[in-house]
Amino acid sequence: MAPSAAALPGDARGEQPAAIAVSHLGKVFGGRVAVSDVSFSVARGEVFGFLGPNGAGKTTMVRILGTLISATSGSAAVAGIPVGPEGAAEIRRRISVMPESPGLYQRLTVAENMGYFARLYGLRRREQRITEALASVGLADRAHDVAGGLSKGLRQRAALARSLLNDPAVMFLDEPTSGLDPVAAHEVHGLITGLRERGVTVFLTTHRLEEAERLCDRVAIMNTRLRTIGRPDDLRQELFTRSLAVTTAAPLAGPAEVFGGLPGVRDWRRDEPGEARQGGSAGYTLTVTDPALSAPAVTRALVAGGADVLSIAETRRTLEDVYLKLIDEHEQEQEQAR
Amino acid sequence: MSMSGARIGAVVRKELAEFRRNRLIVVTAAVLPLVFLIGPTASILALKASALGAVLDKRVDYSLFLPLLVPVFVPAIMSAYSVVGERDQGTLEPVLTTPVSRGELLLGKAAAIFMPAVALAYLMFGVFVAITQIAASPAVAAAVRRAPQLPAALVFIPLLAAWAIWVGLAVSATATDTRVAQQLSILGSLPPVALAALMSFQVISPTFAVAAALAGGLLAIDCAACLAVARLFDRERLITGARPSRGIPTPTAARDAGSPAEIRSHRQPGT
Repeated sequence: MAPSAAALPGDARGEQPAAIAVSHLGKVFGGRVAVSDVSFSVARGEVFGFLGPNGAGKTTMVRILGTLISATSGSAAVAGIPVGPEGAAEIRRRISVMPESPGLYQRLTVAENMGYFARLYGLRRREQRITEALASVGLADRAHDVAGGLSKGLRQRAALARSLLNDPAVMFLDEPTSGLDPVAAHEVHGLITGLRERGVTVFLTTHRLEEAERLCDRVAIMNTRLRTIGRPDDLRQELFTRSLAVTTAAPLAGPAEVFGGLPGVRDWRRDEPGEARQGGSAGYTLTVTDPALSAPAVTRALVAGGADVLSIAETRRTLEDVYLKLIDEHEQEQEQAR
Repeated sequence: MSMSGARIGAVVRKELAEFRRNRLIVVTAAVLPLVFLIGPTASILALKASALGAVLDKRVDYSLFLPLLVPVFVPAIMSAYSVVGERDQGTLEPVLTTPVSRGELLLGKAAAIFMPAVALAYLMFGVFVAITQIAASPAVAAAVRRAPQLPAALVFIPLLAAWAIWVGLAVSATATDTRVAQQLSILGSLPPVALAALMSFQVISPTFAVAAALAGGLLAIDCAACLAVARLFDRERLITGARPSRGIPTPTAARDAGSPAEIRSHRQPGT
């Protein structure tokens, strides 16, 4: 299923310029293609996930949109300003980029690091802005600590505070939880949620699929080229048939008679024996058009057939399943091309 | 785009703060001048009042040449680290996403090295002259005072330092390894030193006209080097170490990018 206009938040449907608009963008380093013919848009206030394996072109995309490197082909606009030499300085005033590495000056204190960037942005009321930014990430009491002495999680928070200094319209977060322990990663998730509440557009690249699923309104999966784009729920439905997982206390005597002809049930199969089954129980997977429609009918049919039903549930596909399927398809295409 | 003094000042301030906190830089910057101060001063003080004119002149030539290496080596080492060191630390990328222009960044980094290096070199010459005037025999002190290298040093110190800084920044902007950058930077800063040596040891007659011509030439080279280094300070080159590619962004196409139809057209079959 292709993403429709309804899949885009309101202001991406043309009422206001998108926060990020990318058209046929490509980037070649020497002879290596890093990004090829990528187009998408991100609405204002949206948290947009950009996923892909190592070398997929995620960081290259962030660098192009952050005006650090130029595209080889295509075009883009950030905060309504075309990406190019003329608009680069204005874009840099309105965005902030948090690279994968926190990029703090290790020998300077957190406040000195922040002060440097506040001056580069030409901010007024610097002290107040620094205090507010540090407070928003819970680092107000660490302002005078030397950055090199902070844990990786705290450094990441300091980098996020630095990114907030100029009150950006668009934030690019490149692998913000890379290398963080679960507690620190959870804290960063909270900060990203806070950004969404403040109306900041967030462009998030990540390897952590559960992170993207939890935080992002929409995700794009790419591997040099754009593989798909949409809401995580839509992608799951688009790529996988919907199914019900049924567990009975014992194998059914005539499963074909029980499941055949039920509303919405297109197919069924018995699961492999021994797949985490307890005490002789049996599992069946039913391919259905609508689990909400089929589940009551399946339950009634099982009860009528004398089966002891242990559970009936919709099979839940994760974003990881979507991701792996798409990347696997891409690799198969490349194999065939060779 | 016009230069912002505030942003240049911010870069200078940050660079100086980092120098102060980096013990290795402070020690390196202090030890070299001390060596080049102690040796020549001891050499001059050891001269007796009865020293022959030729011996005296030779010793003064040597003593006034060595300190000229300070405004070359100190900035060469510091500037060589300046860009590649930041790239290694991961601090360069966030800075380049701010509104700072490459000219502001370049001038800020150069000024932060130029000021302490030149001040240190002048201080060294000042201390050397003061000690020799106080402690050397009157004839030797007079020979130092009259040496044509002294006024020449006032002019050549900033010119040599500027050359070493531009060479160091050029190497640093293109190198991928800090150690290689420092070695190349020192090698690259040597040519004008060789010229100064030829003049100091009177292989080239150190007349006012020759000195003025050399100083003018070095000034012109410094200006040209500044422009050349500015070209190397391209964001893409600094981040990736590669020459920037030249795309031709078209705003119209960018505005169209939000069209769902277009997004659909780029989706892979079957997804």
